[in-house]
Amino acid sequence: MRVMAQIAMVMNLDKCIGCHTCSVTCKQTWTNRTGVEYAWFNNVETKPGIGYPRRYEDQERWKGGWALDRRGRLVLRSGGRVRRLLSLFSNPDLPAIDDYYEPVTYDYDNLVSAPAGRHVPVARPRSVLTGEPTAITWGANWEDDLGGAAEHAAGDPNLTGQLAEKVRFEFEQTFMFHLPRLCEHCLNPACVSACPSGAMYKRVEDGIVLVDQDRCRGWRMCVTACPYKKVYVNHATGKAEKCTFCFPRVEAGLPTVCSETCVGRLRYLGLLLYDADRVGEAAATPDEKDLLDAQRGVFLDPRDPGVAAAARESGIPEDWLEAARRSPVYELVVRHRVALPLHPEYRTLPMVWYVPPLSPVLDAVGQAGGEAENPDHVFAAVTRLRIPLEYLAGLFTAGDADVVAGVLMKLTALRSFMRGRALGGDGDPALLEPVGLTARDAEDLHRLLAVAKYQDRYVVPAAHREDAAALSATETRCPVESSGSPGAPGGDGRRVALGMPTLRTRTRARARARTEGGHR
Amino acid sequence: MSAPNLLLWVALPYVCLAVFAAGHVWRYRHDQFGWTSRTSQLLEHRWLRRGSPLFHVGAFMVIAGHVVGLAVPASWTEAAGVDEHTYHTVAVWAGSVAGLAMVAGLGMLCARRVLTRRIRPTTSRSDKLLFPLLAATVLLGIAATVAHNVLGGGYDYRGTVSVWFRGLFVLRPRPEAIAGAPLLFRLHALTACLLFAVWPFTRLVHVWSAPIGYLVRPYVVYRHRAATR
Repeated sequence: MRVMAQIAMVMNLDKCIGCHTCSVTCKQTWTNRTGVEYAWFNNVETKPGIGYPRRYEDQERWKGGWALDRRGRLVLRSGGRVRRLLSLFSNPDLPAIDDYYEPVTYDYDNLVSAPAGRHVPVARPRSVLTGEPTAITWGANWEDDLGGAAEHAAGDPNLTGQLAEKVRFEFEQTFMFHLPRLCEHCLNPACVSACPSGAMYKRVEDGIVLVDQDRCRGWRMCVTACPYKKVYVNHATGKAEKCTFCFPRVEAGLPTVCSETCVGRLRYLGLLLYDADRVGEAAATPDEKDLLDAQRGVFLDPRDPGVAAAARESGIPEDWLEAARRSPVYELVVRHRVALPLHPEYRTLPMVWYVPPLSPVLDAVGQAGGEAENPDHVFAAVTRLRIPLEYLAGLFTAGDADVVAGVLMKLTALRSFMRGRALGGDGDPALLEPVGLTARDAEDLHRLLAVAKYQDRYVVPAAHREDAAALSATETRCPVESSGSPGAPGGDGRRVALGMPTLRTRTRARARARTEGGHR
Repeated sequence: MSAPNLLLWVALPYVCLAVFAAGHVWRYRHDQFGWTSRTSQLLEHRWLRRGSPLFHVGAFMVIAGHVVGLAVPASWTEAAGVDEHTYHTVAVWAGSVAGLAMVAGLGMLCARRVLTRRIRPTTSRSDKLLFPLLAATVLLGIAATVAHNVLGGGYDYRGTVSVWFRGLFVLRPRPEAIAGAPLLFRLHALTACLLFAVWPFTRLVHVWSAPIGYLVRPYVVYRHRAATR
């Protein structure tokens, strides 16, 4: 047993209102720079929907993640090592910028410099790539709240066959929910495995997957290999960038920016201990539907003395073990089993999990004339209304609708039980029994899902002081700085940026000339 | 030996080689962040899909051809049982195919850089130096081959240019060996020298990062937090 710790996330999707605060604060923190205008380390999608980049879940097309070969061995879907090196010159499976969207800025200058005229001057959109006027025809959340769904939603790769027809023809009665997505910081990361330079790595201490900007040579294989398309090419520096899980914050014991600023308080951060020796075996589980259990099987119980001893042997400090015991992620993923991974069939063993939303089912109950408060009606809906259920199963359990139904029933029973309590009764234990909850479990789960405070939702142990000297050495510089990034340290003579684009657009050229004049 | 010849065929090559070596050391130590292939496939892929593999594969063949033609003395190939006629025939045929692939590929890559609106602004100052110099070197090289060895009566550069080239590396420069070579060969050699001089300051450095080690590395890379350097 080789115990490793991973800082993982769970999102309770029923609470997501699709406000995009996480995306915006993430962007302000990490990707408000030249070259990554189009990149959203965190984005919020409306499901059903095509997603960002377009149809990223269609692995027949984009070749992300892992697959099993004929002999049952784990291979990258984009091909083996030789094939990867042969496609260095032109990667056949790389999304183009238009699969994301063409980033734009606005001609704000026109608002103040336009000559006097009859009409109020307007700021027209300009492509950030060419500086030319452009039309905005797509964006990272173009399908927000099912906007344009009548036209686009059937393009969702999760909707196949009958499901697609249903969504198209019963548009008025369809369901929707929001899906915030960020890098999954997988246990078996395909991006790391596909990086020819070895520039991408998974950190031993906390499992965060990072790109070493000094070692990335721009071979762009990580973008293809990531089935979630959460590694981006910075087109100004020619290097890969991705969600960093806000490692400078996490090292200081703070939650990530997306978690910190989440309005719905739907995110949970905590440690999971896992057995690194069993990762490969779990990812190679023959039946896709067994992958969920296989991944759960890799996680270790921090209260088990044997696990604790092995963890100490691997150098996991005592306060981290303590944090692992208080981890809300462990509670939701392992103890209560209400959180599910996104697309386990990609075999990367993702580490951002989701409590599936009840709302699609409750919507369906309402549309069928039932009462969303009545657990019997909801149970009936969970067992009979296949459409939302199958859709959720396609996202979270490789198509196993029974597992999703089990989680939704558990959530329904929990609601009814706690509702009974709130109305003055003791709660009906008969509600809990069929879903495998005790009254104690129900209270704990209710606390966690409904009333958990900041320190209960985010249990992030700080990085260790012994390492502080080493940490401060790397902290003083931005890991992704470029000559074009605002705030790049100008006087730093050590770092020379060659082969960098001088300018992107005329507008920016002017602005830059004013602000950074001296240091080129 | 006249002063211009010494300057052109001894001083200049050594200066270029010195810049090549020192430039790489300097850049490797100070600019790991800028050390990349500078991919622009994200912004444009239609031209690139054909042009880039064509150029790179052509370039590999051309480089291999140059290694054989310049570094291996004629006496060695003859000792290996390859007579002058066979060598010449193979060199002209393989060289022409490789050269054409490289020219076509480079043409597409240049065209995309000039014609694609999204690519043009990403062209850096070093690209503006590199692309014309590389194109000139390739065109002069293929022009020399076509003019003298395909259409012309045949010119044995192995007795002149190659002798000069090897002389540089064994520190016994023989400028007189190349001074009499046809103009196209001399121009090709000069632009090549300049190409080596600018090499470390352009995107060409990505050549040295060819990820051969990937073939034998374990898939998942783990690194310690403290040991990120």
